[in-house]
Parts: sequence; C-alpha cells; structure tokens
Amino acid sequence: MSVPHRSAGDLPVTGDTIAIRCLLNGVETELEVDPGERLLDTLRYGLGLTGTKEGCAEGECGACTVLLDGLPVNSCLVLTFQVADRRVETVESLDEALLAPFLAGGATQCGACTPGVVMTATWLLANRDLLSSHRIRELMAGNLCRCTGYDGIVQSIERALGADERGDTE
Amino acid sequence: MNVLRPGSVREALGMLADEPTAIPLAGGTDLLVHWPANHAGRDATYLDLGRPGELRAHHWTDKALVLGGTTTYWDVIRDPRSARDLPLLVDAARQVGSVQIQARGTWAGNIANGSPAADGVPVLMAYDAVVVVQSERGVEEILLSEFYLGYKDMRLAGDQLIREIRVPLAARTGQRFEKVGSRRAQAIAKVGLATSHSEDGWRVVAASLAPTVRRCPSVEALFDSDGAAGSVEDVEAALAADVSPIDDIRSTAEYRLRVAARLLFFGNA
Repeated sequence: MSVPHRSAGDLPVTGDTIAIRCLLNGVETELEVDPGERLLDTLRYGLGLTGTKEGCAEGECGACTVLLDGLPVNSCLVLTFQVADRRVETVESLDEALLAPFLAGGATQCGACTPGVVMTATWLLANRDLLSSHRIRELMAGNLCRCTGYDGIVQSIERALGADERGDTE
Repeated sequence: MNVLRPGSVREALGMLADEPTAIPLAGGTDLLVHWPANHAGRDATYLDLGRPGELRAHHWTDKALVLGGTTTYWDVIRDPRSARDLPLLVDAARQVGSVQIQARGTWAGNIANGSPAADGVPVLMAYDAVVVVQSERGVEEILLSEFYLGYKDMRLAGDQLIREIRVPLAARTGQRFEKVGSRRAQAIAKVGLATSHSEDGWRVVAASLAPTVRRCPSVEALFDSDGAAGSVEDVEAALAADVSPIDDIRSTAEYRLRVAARLLFFGNA
C-alpha cells in the first residue's frame, strides 16, 4: 500500500512538507507531512488510525504508545518525519487473541489507556528477558490508568506470560 | 518550522556552520512536550540528528565508555556491561520518565537541554565525564563539571555539536544515585544527588539545588578530610555553601537542602 498523505485540515502548516517512507504495521507507506506534525496526529488524522489515543500531550500518560523499531515510544513526542525509514506498529496491528488475557483479567475499564497499555504489554511479552532486570510494574510505569488500580493490568500480563509458557492462549 | 536533515556528521557540521542558530534535535522528549501549544518552538530551525548513524552507537575502550551524540538511555540500560562497570548510569537512566522516554531520550540531549533537574547529568558528572564537542573549527574536550556557565548557559557554541561523551572507568569504592520525586516514575527531581569515591577522592554532585547541575566542593572536601562527615549539621552547612536552592512548583528551598544533606550524610557517612 502506498498512501500519499497531507496534513489533515486543522493541523497547522509550519513549513515545507517532508516526504518520507516507513514500514507502518508491516506495510511500506509513503507520507508527505508538515515538519512540525506529530506522529500521533499523522496516525489519527492523516491515516485514520484512531486506536492510538491522545491523553496528556506531554509524554506522561502513555495512551499514545506505539512501537518504533520495536520499542515503545510516546507518539505525541515524535515528529512524523523522524520515523523515516523506520518501523512503526500501532494498536491496529495487534492480533485480537493477544488481548484476551486483558479482557478476562480486568485490565480495562473506561478503555482510554488500553491501546497504550497493550502496546507496552505486547513489547514486554515479546521481550521476556527484560524480566531478569526489571519488574512488570517498572516496565509499565509509562502507562497511566485511572480506573483499574493497575492490579488487573499487571495480573493480566503475568497470566499472559504464564499462558505462553504453557503453550496455550487463554 | 524548518528542518535540516543531514545524512552524516560532516554534513551536520557544515549545516551548523552555515546556520548556527539551528537547534540540534535528537529524541525530542523535551522539545515536544505540549508541542501543539508551542508556537515559538515551531518558528525555529532544527537540525535533525536521526540520520547520521555514526552518532548513535556507544562503545567501550579499556579506559572508558564512549557514548555517541544520540545514544539513548535505553541503549545504556540494555548493555549488560553498564550495570557492572558504571552502575549509576543505569540507576539514573531507569528513573528518567518511563521506558517510552528512555527509548527516545539521549544523554547528550540531557546535557544540552541544561535542566538543573536533569537525571543523566549528575551521574555523568560524578564519573568525571568529558564532553567532546565538534564543529568545522575542530574538536574540543570539556569536563562536564566545567561545562555549565549558568542557567541553561553552557560552553557549546551554535556551530558545535556534542559528538561524544567519554565516561572514564575507574576503581570506585562507593557510588550512589538518589532522586527524590513525587513518585518513582514520570517525576521530575525535587532533589537529585550522585556521589562516587575513587582514589581521586569524592565526587558529590547535586541536581535541582542550583541553577545548574553542579559539583559540591565543600561537601567533597568534608568527605575527603576524614572519610566521614561528623554530623548532619556539618554536611548541611557544607552543602549550603555549595548550592542555592529555590522555592518553585516542585518543592521548597528548605526541604531541598534538608533532604539533600540527610541523604548525603546517611548515605555516605
């Protein structure tokens, strides 16, 4: 897929556009963006990938978390041109089966933080060697949740880790 | 907003020579906070450091860890040698924001941003780090403890880029990093302290206690004099001579001085 893209109408134009390519959710994607445009805005307003949420706009809440070259980042703190020739994964790329433990474990209530939570959790589950140096709560500290009190999130990740070890997905 | 996008360090230095008001941009974790409301920020010209690959990598020599100009906190956290040989770098890096910030934020950016509340700068300074800056005029090496001239004022000219940060390896007999914030993650320091001891003596570095992150020569002299400070009051008096804390949105001058003195006394006495 090739998606020539210009900033959505109400985003400010701040300079000459920059043309880039990136691998977005596994698809080679061409973008033409304003230099001051945030990745979060390109995803939501340019490409209609509205799963990524804006919470605080200051890199605190983690609702806008996406994976950039496989690492979780706040897409409100990345300018779109900075992902040139890099790999971006958003919540739309996830396999629904991966979400089952979160739904079953009370990891989501209002849902505003959930897209970010599951992106960081996906990264953690794919890099379990992190748990030899880090606790789940430290790795998840960049995803604020006002509803669950975090226990449901942490327990769901623990359950997902265990399920993987048993070779099932429940 | 105008963005210069060099493909190499050499090209970057040429662009900076032509346009020394351009602001180098690496992780962007400071610049892009509340970005949609930052109208002045969008009027500036930036030098994007994302493409010169030679800036990103860090490497070890037999004498030092050499951080590149765009080496991130996460790069250092994930190198198993860091925790073994320069553990304060890992302690501090893990307290920067969250993983999402650690994955983007850079050590050189922390230095150049010049915040008095920086987390990365105090530990680099306690390890006697050297900032290697480069321009078309040549290369200059500046001890990080002599890098800052005042609040957000530093020995970095408009045409100069932080090329490397050299962190010397040494046999250290004691080292600590303490950050006091409102919570453990996603907090800016009310008080930051990094201390280390080697055959060169004590290094005591304070953050959020003065207009810049800075070494505390009076406390260092006190610790060096007999290896142990006499009392909390002695440490507090020495520290008061070294720093100038203020009341601001995060804390008060009184709290900062009292807490810092006690952390230093009970941590290192």
